[in-house]
Amino acid sequence: MNRPIRVLVAKPGLDGHDRGAKVIARALRDAGMEVIYTGLRQTPEQIVEAAIQEDVDVVAMSILSGAHNTLFPKVVNLLKERGVTDRLIVGGGVIPDDDIPFLIQSGVEAIFTPGTSTKDVVEFITTHVKRQ
Amino acid sequence: MNIEDRLLAGDKIACARLISMLENNEKEAEEILKKLYHKTGKAYIIGVTGSPGAGKSTLTEKMAKKLREEGKKIGILAIDPTSPFTGGAILGDRIRMTDLSLDEGVFIRSMGTRGNLGGLSKATSSAIKVLDIFGCDYIFVETVGVGQSEIDIVKMADTVLMVLVPNMGDDIQAIKAGTMEIADVFAINKSDLDGADKTKLEIEMNLDLNENKDFRPKVVKVSAIKNKDIDTLLEAIFEHRDYQMKTGNYEKRRINNAKQELLDLAKEDLINLIMKKAVENDFLNTLVNEVYTRKKDPYTAKEELLNLLLN
Ligand code: B12
Ligand SMILES: Nc1nc2c(ncn2[C@@H]2O[C@H](COP(=O)(O)OP(=O)(O)OP(=O)(O)O)[C@@H](O)[C@H]2O)c(=O)[nH]1
Ligand SMILES: [Mg+2]
Repeated sequence: MNRPIRVLVAKPGLDGHDRGAKVIARALRDAGMEVIYTGLRQTPEQIVEAAIQEDVDVVAMSILSGAHNTLFPKVVNLLKERGVTDRLIVGGGVIPDDDIPFLIQSGVEAIFTPGTSTKDVVEFITTHVKRQ
Repeated sequence: MNIEDRLLAGDKIACARLISMLENNEKEAEEILKKLYHKTGKAYIIGVTGSPGAGKSTLTEKMAKKLREEGKKIGILAIDPTSPFTGGAILGDRIRMTDLSLDEGVFIRSMGTRGNLGGLSKATSSAIKVLDIFGCDYIFVETVGVGQSEIDIVKMADTVLMVLVPNMGDDIQAIKAGTMEIADVFAINKSDLDGADKTKLEIEMNLDLNENKDFRPKVVKVSAIKNKDIDTLLEAIFEHRDYQMKTGNYEKRRINNAKQELLDLAKEDLINLIMKKAVENDFLNTLVNEVYTRKKDPYTAKEELLNLLLN
């Protein structure tokens, strides 16, 4: 691909933990991607609208508050409702292993938990991005 | 429906896609703009520039919100620097515009400079056209924080707003040296902090020295964060607009901008054309080597390069 991959890094819900999101944003930038950071406390609707207007290839969300089981699938579904199905959706944060299969089944393609190396995240995105 | 029809029908997904295609130099996108160019020219374009962190994004959000009360459709292009080392960028202007994020009548797009100097990206002028076709009444273009040379915005905007803050100290010197001249309106933002009056005075004193200019820019104290005096600022912008309309300067400026754009576009294609021919038979390398070894001077070499285009 001879263009930068565009990624939305978003913090859904009322969760104020933003270190992880910022670490990921920086790592993706250093890997040559264009990262749009939305800031804290975004509703799923706001995230979807930003993903559309910014025409991102990847929607990357971070949740440490425990609300992942409602918020992640909500974003996936809202995107589908708008007819947007060609984007890679990934998530991360404090997420119990038991919840991961459900999230994957809902359309989040990978979940990264504490201790993840940013190299793995970059590699996953680079190899799984859907649009050329 | 194809992307053109969707754009004309107000589809945000199509609008966003077309901007990406232009950023990525896709030929098809240029063809679409060729067909739709006649529909541009309706939007009023406001450049928002000023030093890093001055509050350009916050202020843009507040101005856009005010204009939304009158039902105007707003486009916002926010440009941030791309790292020259990795080609990556963090585009963070949107963080300050979350109040607009669900407003149907607002379209916000962040762009990396992608190696372009001058405070904008190469695709910015095309993206302005897309938003114009999309039906925006006002388009705000937030440049990267300016030093002294990032003044390309003046080639695209109808009104340039320079955002300053109190207690800039030496920074104000830097702005004087290079970029003061491009401002049509000054905003002293963060006037909730001390020192705004002093900064205003400094700017006014500078403007006093510029008496030969036929239009004297207004200097307006505002506080974006407190949403204070945003109306006054918009009034100053409209006053500049009306002045230009009345005097014919508006037309003059747009003609000049069209000329600039045409020449910039031609310059780029010309270089590409020359490069394409010059790499044949290693011509360019041979020429460079001859210049380096002093067998040939660069002026003659340049003429030989240009001659490539003639045959
Ligand atoms: C630092 C911290 C805070 C700081 C946050 C500072 C900040 N600005 O971020 C402060 C002190 C403010 C804080 C407050 C609270 N915290 Co706290 N906090 C933590 C702590 C100790 C570390 C989090 C952190 O920053 N890690 C470092 C970053 C780099 O790691 P990370 O976020 O996990 O990200 C990595 C991966 O997860 C992954 N990743 C994360 N996001 C994403 C996204 C994508 C797209 C990808 C690809 C990868 C990815 O990659 C990153 C790099 O490896 C955790 C415990 C823990 N060990 O995780 C608790 C924790 C998250 N906090 C917790 C709680 C309960 C709170 C409070 C509610 C406490 C209270 N009662 O007041 C408040 C709520 C604050 C709020 N407004 O939301 C709980 C959450 C429980 C839950 N999920 O059920 C935790 C898990 C502690 C615990 N064990 O109870 N907290
Ligand atoms: N006190 C005060 N702070 C403000 C005001 N307007 C903006 N800020 C703060 O200034 C900081 C920078 O604001 P931005 O709007 O991001 O500034 P910017 O000029 O767009 O910044 P860059 O795009 O990074 O150059 C933020 O922390 C804002 O909250 C204001 O009127 N008063
Ligand atoms: Mg900004």
